[in-house]
Amino acid sequence: MTREEIREVVLSILAGIAPEIDVEEIRPGADLRDELDIDSMDFLRFLVRVEERLGVSVPEKDYPRVRTLASCVAYLEERGAAARVT
Amino acid sequence: MAEFRMPSLGADMEAGTLVEWKVKPGDRVNRGDLVAVVDTDKGAIDIEIWEDGTISSVLVQPGTKVPVGTVLALVSSAGEAATPAAAAPGAQAPPPPTRPPARASPRAPPAALPGRARVSPAARARARELGVDLSAVRGTGPDGVVTRADVDAAAAQARPTSMRQAIGAAMARSKREIPHYYLAADVDVSRALAWLAAENERRPLAERLLPLVLLLKAVARAAREVPEMNGLFVDGAFRPAEAVHLGVAISLRQGGLVAPALHDVDRKPLGELMRELGDLVTRARSGGLRSSELADATLTVTSLGDLGVQSVFGIIYPPQVALVGFGRIQERPWVVDGRVEVRPIVTATLAGDHRVSDGIRSAQFLAAVDRQLQAPEAP
Repeated sequence: MTREEIREVVLSILAGIAPEIDVEEIRPGADLRDELDIDSMDFLRFLVRVEERLGVSVPEKDYPRVRTLASCVAYLEERGAAARVT
Repeated sequence: MAEFRMPSLGADMEAGTLVEWKVKPGDRVNRGDLVAVVDTDKGAIDIEIWEDGTISSVLVQPGTKVPVGTVLALVSSAGEAATPAAAAPGAQAPPPPTRPPARASPRAPPAALPGRARVSPAARARARELGVDLSAVRGTGPDGVVTRADVDAAAAQARPTSMRQAIGAAMARSKREIPHYYLAADVDVSRALAWLAAENERRPLAERLLPLVLLLKAVARAAREVPEMNGLFVDGAFRPAEAVHLGVAISLRQGGLVAPALHDVDRKPLGELMRELGDLVTRARSGGLRSSELADATLTVTSLGDLGVQSVFGIIYPPQVALVGFGRIQERPWVVDGRVEVRPIVTATLAGDHRVSDGIRSAQFLAAVDRQLQAPEAP
């Protein structure tokens, strides 16, 4: 998947978790929890859906790398590429 | 003949609007069945019945708002012939047929959800800052998106929502009637978090545990040790509860909060508690809470750790007699064996009711919470 395709999937997942948020307005470098006003339960739900849709299971030690929209997309692209290599 | 009444779903509820019957006269019902949907200040709630029998007649039609305690339906018990509706006491004429239960499709979520305007993150942050209920704001941005300016305009003429009024009424009553006292204790959770990290490493993502589950479990076990914290103050006397049903304060995206009960927290494994907590949060925010969940809590826990606050000193939710608060788990300097180390620390607080307990027992309770958190692996 391209970075743009990954971003679209991530945004659609976030739209399901915070349905009233206009996800196109999310600032790429802002903390998603603050930007979407979501708590740790919502964040875990987000990661579960990421795994379902993109096949990437994010371990707890990598949570800091998926905190913002930009870093999350980059991380998932990296993990996806690694998965294709192996 | 038993009477099925509009239940009280908390000290702040005086009336509810019957939205839908899920049964009709002649239907067999069993204890625990969901028989009606009632709209309250907390949203649409599924109402359970606590009798076995057959619905004899329904006395209140959908769309009607009635006070708590109003008889909604008559239920003939097992072995008792179902009375025709026309002969039911208080019913002058057979009630018109109720809407068929919506079994084919899931019940629509509360009206606030589908009608909710889309909002930019900046406007949402502004609404939180100003305490504006976004569900009541009309958006003027592209495609009706609520802008920051819309929030500012709404704040200028804001009126409290019905939920805000209900929360205010319940908390005012609590402060008026309950002689509160407060205690706080800092707890080192390094052992608990280390255990949690190792546990989550071996769990599939969908089954990972949040620290909140460990905190809830510790509170429930501490409540077993100090029963004065767990129960209800009714008719001038404290009645300790046999089970530990923790009310969990859950914030709602449209503003306000509910504190439905997580049942038997002291007895359930952590994985089961996590699943039930996730389900409770989902239903609190999208509709589908059950009446028992709103009426059963014996002690409430509020955690504001996600929002970064260090400690929370709450107001007891009557007729309960205590409220436990947790702030953010944060790294702080901590003295261990005479040396300063950096440890993850959480501040646990307790609001107690002086009609029932003293500071000594509450201090023992917080010490028990600490002790339980030092042994998170205990089954």
